Amino acid sequence: MRRLLQRQEFWLALLLLVLGTGIGLANPAFWSLANLFDLCQSSTVMGLFALGVLVVLISGGIDVSFAAIGAFSMYVTSKVLLTLDLGDSATTAFLLAGAVGLSLGLFNGLFIALFRLPTLIVTLGSASLFRGFLLAFVGTTIVNNLPEGMIRFSKLTLWERALPDGTAVGLPFSFLLFVVAALLVGFVLRRTMLGRGIYAMGGNLVAAARAGFRIRRQQLFIYGLVGVLSGVAGLAHACMMRNANPFDLVGLELNVIAAVVLGGASITGGRGTVLGTVLGVLLIVTINNSLILLDIPSYWQKVVTGLVILASTGITAHTSGQRLRGVGLC
Amino acid sequence: MPQELVAADHITKSFGGVQALRDVSVTLHQGEIRCLVGENGSGKSTLIQIIAGALRPDSGTIAIGGKQFPHLEPIQAIHEGIQVIYQDFSLFPNLTVAENLALNTELERGVQLVSWRRVRRIAVEAMARLGRDIDLGQTVRELSVADKQLVAIAKALLQNAKVLILDEPTTALTHREVRTLFEVIPELKQRGLAILFVGHKLQEILEISDTITVLRNGQKVAESDASQFTPGDLVRHMTGRSLPDRPSERACEQWHQHPADDSSAGRGPPTRNYALGTPSRCHRADAVFKVTDLTDRDAFDSISLEVSSGEIVGITGLLGSGRTELARSLFGLEPADSGRIEISGQVIRMRSVQDAIRVGIAYVPEDRLTEGVFAEQSIERNLAISALPSFAGRAGWIRPASLRRAAGQSMTELRIQAPSARMPVANLSGGNQQKVVLGRWLATQAKILILNGPTVGIDVGAKSEVHEKIRELARQGMAVLLISDDLPELVELCRRILLMHRGRIVKELAGADCNEDTLAAELGRLE
Repeated sequence: MRRLLQRQEFWLALLLLVLGTGIGLANPAFWSLANLFDLCQSSTVMGLFALGVLVVLISGGIDVSFAAIGAFSMYVTSKVLLTLDLGDSATTAFLLAGAVGLSLGLFNGLFIALFRLPTLIVTLGSASLFRGFLLAFVGTTIVNNLPEGMIRFSKLTLWERALPDGTAVGLPFSFLLFVVAALLVGFVLRRTMLGRGIYAMGGNLVAAARAGFRIRRQQLFIYGLVGVLSGVAGLAHACMMRNANPFDLVGLELNVIAAVVLGGASITGGRGTVLGTVLGVLLIVTINNSLILLDIPSYWQKVVTGLVILASTGITAHTSGQRLRGVGLC
Repeated sequence: MPQELVAADHITKSFGGVQALRDVSVTLHQGEIRCLVGENGSGKSTLIQIIAGALRPDSGTIAIGGKQFPHLEPIQAIHEGIQVIYQDFSLFPNLTVAENLALNTELERGVQLVSWRRVRRIAVEAMARLGRDIDLGQTVRELSVADKQLVAIAKALLQNAKVLILDEPTTALTHREVRTLFEVIPELKQRGLAILFVGHKLQEILEISDTITVLRNGQKVAESDASQFTPGDLVRHMTGRSLPDRPSERACEQWHQHPADDSSAGRGPPTRNYALGTPSRCHRADAVFKVTDLTDRDAFDSISLEVSSGEIVGITGLLGSGRTELARSLFGLEPADSGRIEISGQVIRMRSVQDAIRVGIAYVPEDRLTEGVFAEQSIERNLAISALPSFAGRAGWIRPASLRRAAGQSMTELRIQAPSARMPVANLSGGNQQKVVLGRWLATQAKILILNGPTVGIDVGAKSEVHEKIRELARQGMAVLLISDDLPELVELCRRILLMHRGRIVKELAGADCNEDTLAAELGRLE
């Protein structure tokens, strides 16, 4: 019981429940199928990014280039599909975006693993590099006529339901990407030696190397994985928006990192779960989405998000007794 | 004759011209507890690393279990059953005890998938082998240092260790935890393990070991059965010089010399009754530091004590007795909930570290690397940091020249051994680091010095220098509060020792009662 109370996941789930009940009482539209599907759709892109960030944070690193990788992958993929004749299935698009993301992620990974550079510095640099390269060499115009396959994909639903007024609402297919990615990342982290190695290196890098984990290989995997997930997330975003905007996805970095930290991942490494991250993302998305339902100006979204992050991480830090001992900070 | 498990023969090793080991031979037999002693830099850790295969000797041979290894690799050493428990234990604080225990075994099997049932089984077996019980579901972060050490030992046993090398295992342990460890070690010996114990504290070494090897400057200077050594012999071999034989006697004399206004000061320490709070007459005039009924809900209760100018008062107690919290609150780090602190008769409002420094309190923390020094900064900056305003010119800028001059001066005074004052403190030995911490407070001209474990992890020679410095500070009129686990240290420096237990001062020892036997007996009674 004590351990349950110390789990960030427990408090998040509780908070989500309370929030849902509260908003539902104020505006019953919250529990409508349309709104719930909407929440799922909004969680997809952020969730995919967050899963990558989760793995990096657990390993004791940080990645701030994922949004740039996402923008780069989706824009390049859309351009390539429009120029070259590769067929226009959505599968091709996602594979291509994933591959572009992978190579950019490995670029980060190489710098980090081989040259042993600090992860924040490398990814800050590469984020700027990727964005600059994209705008300078690939293009600056918004692609509004996406390939047919991507448009079709965006209309694809997992499950549809007709409403009494004759319209239909559906759970977008892209949500499945998030679910599958979450299950996969969860499996890797929880059930494979690679995953445990990532926790181990986040807990004690020296001991992990001494124990025989292959640190460099793990780093390549981690940053490669962030790349793939970001590429896929970027493309899902483009499909959802029905356009590919090279200036898009800016400023998302901190929100995603905040959602992951809110989900219980430690910024200093070694801690974090997929469940927590999913809850963290859902919570942030719900807050942003629902404040609109409650007629609260959107400026308040940021204020509320900030408060929730401070409060929830504060509660966990306090209950797990990791109160920072006052070290002359007074 | 028990089987010879390790034979390091005529080992020589140098690092870029510095001779770390010179023709050193050591053997380890089944069921033997051998202690390796020597000051920092004597070559102990080099020798350990060579036996573990982490370093390759320049010349000499290593044989394990009768097999010669010309180029011993770490993995070979592990396969031959050599396990080193480093001071940092090499554990993962974020993982559970069970996973910490099982990870190595799992890695060795080369499995890709984790079976949590198998992890549990391995962990249960490891604990059974050790014969101790630790909650397997806890994360290692939550364990005490002693339990972490037991987990590290259990992990080593799981790897079928035949030789266990413990690198200064008692450094971070309290009195009671050392007792537990000293129950475990002979059990391991019974099972036929050979144990190489690297130690600092002479009493412990003499107690636990069968045989002792002393290193000095990379050479083996003495080796014999433990029964052949007295503490004095060990010190002489380790340092190459004799330290004062009866340091406590000397301490008394010095204490007596301090300017006292009453002839009775020379007749042993004043006795005080804390319950009544009436200090003896003779020292009332110069009682500089007085604490009355200091209480902190979480840590300690109604603490009253008094330290006179020139006096060194000891505080000891088991872990969790509240002594560290008391020290921290006296220094304003975690202000107490209620109670009164007076300095030279004036009531002090102790709300922050700044308050403490302003009224002349200095604090040397328990963990000097994380709390005491700026490890990556130079010696001179570290020395100056608490007294920066005194190096400033009229406009408030720091004058580097005066800072450098002062730093140089205190380096000589404190006998800090370093090639340059610009060297980062991290590169110094523990003893020299501690001298820097002390030196920094000297620069502030503090009146009250609170020391928390001032010589933990410091070798014998530097330890006596630190002790000498503390005595000298007291002679100059400082009031010193010394918190320590090291009974010989307390007895040597203090004329009064307070025992803390569960947040209260439960006993005061003074005068003839300030001896190790009485102190150990009193501590034993608390447990």
